Amino acid sequence: MTDYDIIIVGAGPAGSTVARSAAENGLNVLLLEKRQEIGVPVRCAEGVGKEKFNEIFKDIDKKWISAEVDGAKVYSPDKKTEIVLSGDKAGNEAGYVLNRKIFDKDLVKLATLAGSDLMVKTTATGLKKNKDQGTIELTMQNSDEIFTAETKILIGADGIESKIGNWAGMNTTLNLNELESCVQYQMTNINFDERFCHFYLSYETIPGGYLWIFPKGKNVANIGLGVLSSLSKKSPKEYLDNFVNNNFPDGKIIEINAGGVPVGYPLKSAVNDNVMLVGDAARHVDPITGGGILNAMIGGLFATNIAIESINKKDYSVKTLKKYDELWKNDFGKTLHRNKKVQEKLLTTDDKTLNSIFHSMENYNITEANTKKLLYEIIKRNPKLLWDLKGLFV
Amino acid sequence: MERKININRYKCACCGACIAVCNFNANEIINTFLEIKDKNCTLCFSCIKACPFRAIELEE
Repeated sequence: MTDYDIIIVGAGPAGSTVARSAAENGLNVLLLEKRQEIGVPVRCAEGVGKEKFNEIFKDIDKKWISAEVDGAKVYSPDKKTEIVLSGDKAGNEAGYVLNRKIFDKDLVKLATLAGSDLMVKTTATGLKKNKDQGTIELTMQNSDEIFTAETKILIGADGIESKIGNWAGMNTTLNLNELESCVQYQMTNINFDERFCHFYLSYETIPGGYLWIFPKGKNVANIGLGVLSSLSKKSPKEYLDNFVNNNFPDGKIIEINAGGVPVGYPLKSAVNDNVMLVGDAARHVDPITGGGILNAMIGGLFATNIAIESINKKDYSVKTLKKYDELWKNDFGKTLHRNKKVQEKLLTTDDKTLNSIFHSMENYNITEANTKKLLYEIIKRNPKLLWDLKGLFV
Repeated sequence: MERKININRYKCACCGACIAVCNFNANEIINTFLEIKDKNCTLCFSCIKACPFRAIELEE
């Protein structure tokens, strides 16, 4: 007899979503977290789209949300033009800035209340196929105790530094041009328009990425940036310090965060025999926005559905689990692919060209905008520059 | 002396970016502590370029 139906490695939003939904469906579930505390250190700018978030959660706890925004402002490299994406009442582009420390921990609480087992400060150290049973034996360590458990399905929700994929024979290693290297300060004592999330673009001062200011409450914000590792000439911290010193000289840093964000093409497959990857481990992150929280949870629900199906059929082979690939590819996978194409184009765009693209958008009043509509409009207004991208938006 | 990479603990924020770009399974986070496995490291320096704080340094 196997010890578990599902073992999930990593208790971020992806892992705890699987743990909760699998437990609610009566499966025998173990959720592992290598850290001694859930949700810290934060590695995230914490922004999510309101509409999708509201679809996923029927009962949103107010404590999960640090701030609500009406939309986004995107600034040209010369800062002379801004594109405003304001949310309509239905919630397009309006968003929440989460409090990940509380949110992540609450999701884990919900998973345990649904019946999932949980082990914190417990690291997965290796896996072995059990050929006779068609299962997986996972080795774990907590303190001096080294132990194993047998599972039908193993979920790799172990984030940017994922080991599960590579252990299971999938190559998830990123090239330097597939990684945004990010630094973020949570700052107080700063003045800015708190109704919006702010995005700054510049090939020269933020190569291959962008800088963000996300409100976290009155006079508090997450201010950070990501630069493409293959393009950055200085350390991301230097680029950020430069911006902060120039724009918020009186600001005080109350927290420092760092992180890597995967921005390659989506994986061809996020499954192997017995194993499915979710969230950052599956590289389910938008290459333009860097957003991954919603995909992590939506993907987590897809993975749970396929896990249930495979357990009912007693078939945990890659052939059955492949259906998970179909689900995420037909959902957010399409957007990931399209936005990667656009991102590649943007990476070849210098600041002068970027300024002129922004300038072309000057009188564009977007009330019901989303990223897709905005990109389409940009291409329409800059046909010579961006015509080869047109096909992506038909 | 043999060349190897070291972690500057005053800089490292344990974010995992270096692990995502390592092709040689030469690093891992143990709880909240980054470790480098020298025997696997090929000195390709991908991790040095990926690190947000440039916390990985070459010792010569």
